Amino acid sequence: MKCVTCRGPAIIDIRRHNSNFCAEHFLEQCQRQVRKAIDEFSMFEKSDKILVAVSGGKDSLAIWDLLLDLGYTVDGLYIGLGIGSYSDTSLDHARAYAKTRSLHLIEVDVPSTFGFDIPNGSRAAKRVPCSACGLSKRHLFDEEAMKGGYDVLVTGHNLDDEAAVLFGNTLHWHTEYLGRQLPVLPARDGFPRKVKPLVRLAERETAAYCIVKGIDYLIDECPMAAGNKHLGYKSALNEIESASPGAKHSFYFGFLDRAAEFFATEASIDREGLGACASCGAPTTSETCAFCRLVERAGGQLPERTGVNAVPVDLGPTRLGAVQ
Amino acid sequence: MFGLSACDHGRVKVRLHNPRRDLDIEGPITIINLLARLDLNREAVLVVRDGELVPGDQSLSDDDSIEIRPVISGGAL
Repeated sequence: MKCVTCRGPAIIDIRRHNSNFCAEHFLEQCQRQVRKAIDEFSMFEKSDKILVAVSGGKDSLAIWDLLLDLGYTVDGLYIGLGIGSYSDTSLDHARAYAKTRSLHLIEVDVPSTFGFDIPNGSRAAKRVPCSACGLSKRHLFDEEAMKGGYDVLVTGHNLDDEAAVLFGNTLHWHTEYLGRQLPVLPARDGFPRKVKPLVRLAERETAAYCIVKGIDYLIDECPMAAGNKHLGYKSALNEIESASPGAKHSFYFGFLDRAAEFFATEASIDREGLGACASCGAPTTSETCAFCRLVERAGGQLPERTGVNAVPVDLGPTRLGAVQ
Repeated sequence: MFGLSACDHGRVKVRLHNPRRDLDIEGPITIINLLARLDLNREAVLVVRDGELVPGDQSLSDDDSIEIRPVISGGAL
């Protein structure tokens, strides 16, 4: 196997690009794909204050590293979810990476701040653990980004993540979610701008990036995620990808280019009438936001008001000129 | 076939994750053939030896020690 760029010995094949790369040119390829995503979707500028959500896993550490190497100034945000030793180890990896590059890592510990953890809290609230976890993370990402005055929140969603979510949303025709499944969600009052610069890289590539760069990431899967639907969708898509390299890319980017706009109206209707949560001030369509309801049902302590109040606003255009 | 017991000397040593376990397999064998024998999808794993990636066409010989690392993650999004 030879590198497509220099003809030296390759270390990895990327079948959807019909290319093999040596270590040096693989890292260049990763940078090129991230730069392309940032530019194509106008994600952010060098002058922006950027916050990246960091779990200690391969994707979040890879995107933090890539953005730094591309010349961006990026702080990290770690959310401790109280999932036993898994959370302890993930924090160790996030802290270790931040330390090696002298970076600022914001830490929010859910058990000590809100009085519940995901395993017990989700059970008490009668929610699937991944649902309670995702809800908590999204809320706290928004809150910390707004509180810290960041222009943009970066998450480590990769091509496999986006294709799997799209697969699930299509399978069940969750049209309101389809309209929001975009690499950029513009800022609105109470919500930061959210972007996914890894959408052009598969997770095999983000893991390979970390190995080549010597980034020590958490390999083990979250014990709460075993057997969830999302993993099943990824497995199914990988079977398709094996037989037809490029299928995941074509599925996701074809959706963005040719289908997303048809679901935009429904997505915007779903977000009309936002007000401020009576408990924490976060934007919500109910009197109390979903996170505060979760905290209450999980037996935790409701957070104090942040002072961030939401008002309904018009949604911005996508790259297709459609309203999302 | 390959054994599931503790690793023997003179065979390819393979570490798997989720759950963590060790296998020993008769070499020589290419990475692509090894993954096929273990019924693992190439899109879902990377092979690592001494901290470095091993490409799919490379052959493993007895006394090689590798790690097959899963790349799929999928908790809450």
